[in-house]
Amino acid sequence: MDRTLLYTEAVREATDQAMEHDPSVIVFGMGVDDPKAILGTTQGLAEKYGPERVFDTPLSEDAMTGVAIGAALAGLRPIHVHIRMDFLMLAMNQLINVAAKNHYMYGGQQHVPLVVRAMIGKSWGQGAQHSQALHSFFMHVPGLKVVAPTTPYDAKGGLIQSIQDDNPVLFIEHRLLHFLKSTVPEDFYRIPTGKARIVTAGKDITLVGISYMQLECFRAQRYLEEVGISAEVIDPIWLSPLDIDTIANSVSKTGRLCVVDNAWLTCGASAEIVAQVTERLQGICRVQVRRLGFVPVTCPPTPTLEELFYPNARTIAAAVYSMVHNRHDWIPNERADLKSADFKGPF
Amino acid sequence: MSLPSLARESEKKQQEDADLYARLYRFLYLIRRVEEEIARVYPTDKIKSPVHLSIGQEAISVGVCAALRPDDIVFGTYRGHALYLAKGGDLNRMIAELYGKVTGCAKGKGGSMHLVDVQHGVMGTSAVVGTTIPNAVGYAYALKYRQDDSIVVSFFGDGATEEGVFYESLNFAMLKQLPIIFVCENNRYAIHSFQAARQSNTELVERVRAYGLQAERIEDGNVLEIYTRTNEAVQAIRASQSGPVFLECMTYRWREHVGPDEDFHLGYRRRSELEPWVRNDQVKRLARLAEPDLRLEIERGVESAIQRAFEFAEASPFPDASELYTDLFKES
Repeated sequence: MDRTLLYTEAVREATDQAMEHDPSVIVFGMGVDDPKAILGTTQGLAEKYGPERVFDTPLSEDAMTGVAIGAALAGLRPIHVHIRMDFLMLAMNQLINVAAKNHYMYGGQQHVPLVVRAMIGKSWGQGAQHSQALHSFFMHVPGLKVVAPTTPYDAKGGLIQSIQDDNPVLFIEHRLLHFLKSTVPEDFYRIPTGKARIVTAGKDITLVGISYMQLECFRAQRYLEEVGISAEVIDPIWLSPLDIDTIANSVSKTGRLCVVDNAWLTCGASAEIVAQVTERLQGICRVQVRRLGFVPVTCPPTPTLEELFYPNARTIAAAVYSMVHNRHDWIPNERADLKSADFKGPF
Repeated sequence: MSLPSLARESEKKQQEDADLYARLYRFLYLIRRVEEEIARVYPTDKIKSPVHLSIGQEAISVGVCAALRPDDIVFGTYRGHALYLAKGGDLNRMIAELYGKVTGCAKGKGGSMHLVDVQHGVMGTSAVVGTTIPNAVGYAYALKYRQDDSIVVSFFGDGATEEGVFYESLNFAMLKQLPIIFVCENNRYAIHSFQAARQSNTELVERVRAYGLQAERIEDGNVLEIYTRTNEAVQAIRASQSGPVFLECMTYRWREHVGPDEDFHLGYRRRSELEPWVRNDQVKRLARLAEPDLRLEIERGVESAIQRAFEFAEASPFPDASELYTDLFKES
């Protein structure tokens, strides 16, 4: 029988099963054993596995990332949890200069089986330092893997895959995806690294949505149906390694590519995807490209400006319409069934 | 105790001392001579890696590592030749690494600043100051988790004690009572910048004691003192009678920050600072303490090992072009 779980429950179950499966898996981060248990994603783990395997940390992101790496070098498989991705800026030296480097720099003698869970915030005034999506920083550096699952199914399979990987993996969660529910098998399953998923087949445009924007792309696809535009929606799931084959194959069929990133555009994942697809297809077929993402400013907390800061299903649909028809005279009326479910405060 | 048994005890102690002196001298002499040979070869440009020589600072690595077991673990810094050798790192593979050869300890992908010998517990060194300190702490966490009685030693310089990660690491190591010894090799200079120009309070041990660690300073670079203090710390930690320990070992870098030469002409420090350290040279001191025949045997053995290592490096091939793409990830 199909069983549905929330994204947070899927993450919790993946962690629990991985810990049961392998005593070298440990979990730490600020708040992992507190009553809120990182939005429930670490609920009950401290009780079940004890304080040596699940523990709260000092507010020392730099050292604790280094500790995670050191523990990984000694054969443990740490999962280091950050309730907001913005805090990773305090951990960059260890992630970039050590985790990403050691296997290559030491000629394959060392490896760092580390998972870093990092959450992206959105809405309800989280503002400048609680809403950043910095996955492209990590995509830039060889030696790191980056996964940003959208569905509870991929969250579970992707987290287990990340934990069992012998290399450092950034596991990126969006706070709004935490409320998503979908079918999640009870098995201890994995999804393949570097494999995208075609979510809906279409013929007029390839629509790639990253992290939470996958959800908005899926909604945009429904709006576009109203005006007879058939969008092929692709969830890359993994940003590094990136499944450019699946995306480029789709674009070679549709002739149009719109990448919607849950981030700024400059030097971002969307720039990378567009560049790789055009490099691949230039001289073979004509390709129209477009990128959407955060407005290139700091995220404002006030709701009127915050609303304008992010793409949404309607602005995505309008952008795609203009690509297909070369006209800018349509934006769908909001449908209740396709409304974004924003975070409701207060905290 | 009877007189004959006292005599036996004293004989035994003498033999142990002689063994220790020989062991310490072998490593002190090896490191000094390897570094001198690197400096001699350096102008030929065969060594294609920036070298941060340990000349003058050998006693710390040698004294500390002499108190360790082969399965104990060390993490170090870019000035890491002494540590690598003192912990038992393979000399041939070290020189080959400096030459960028595929037979190097990291297949030519690490260089002088990233020597590694996992088999001998040399878990790596970093070019970025302070970076390996938390890695050492994390390794110690894993050892404690597995109830392994090995210990970890984290080596770093005085400059690293200005990095935030140093204090974060002390705090966590103390909080979890981890089996680790922090060894600060204080040569007073971060490149050309004097300690007092960088630190509001140069009493490092006081700063460390504030975190609850047992902390001591060894003033004169005495290799026997460094060995003894480390040994006490190692025994106490292994017996779970002590949390993490901090040792500040004062020392002096005889050559330039990076490269093979002296740098007193730059004017940031005076040659008169060097003189007491040269008078107190631990290589010469242990040469005097070692039994003369054994001393000669050690020196001959080291000289021929060095010669073989440089020949090995010269004769080894550079990595194949295909090596550029290997080792980015471990294939599961």
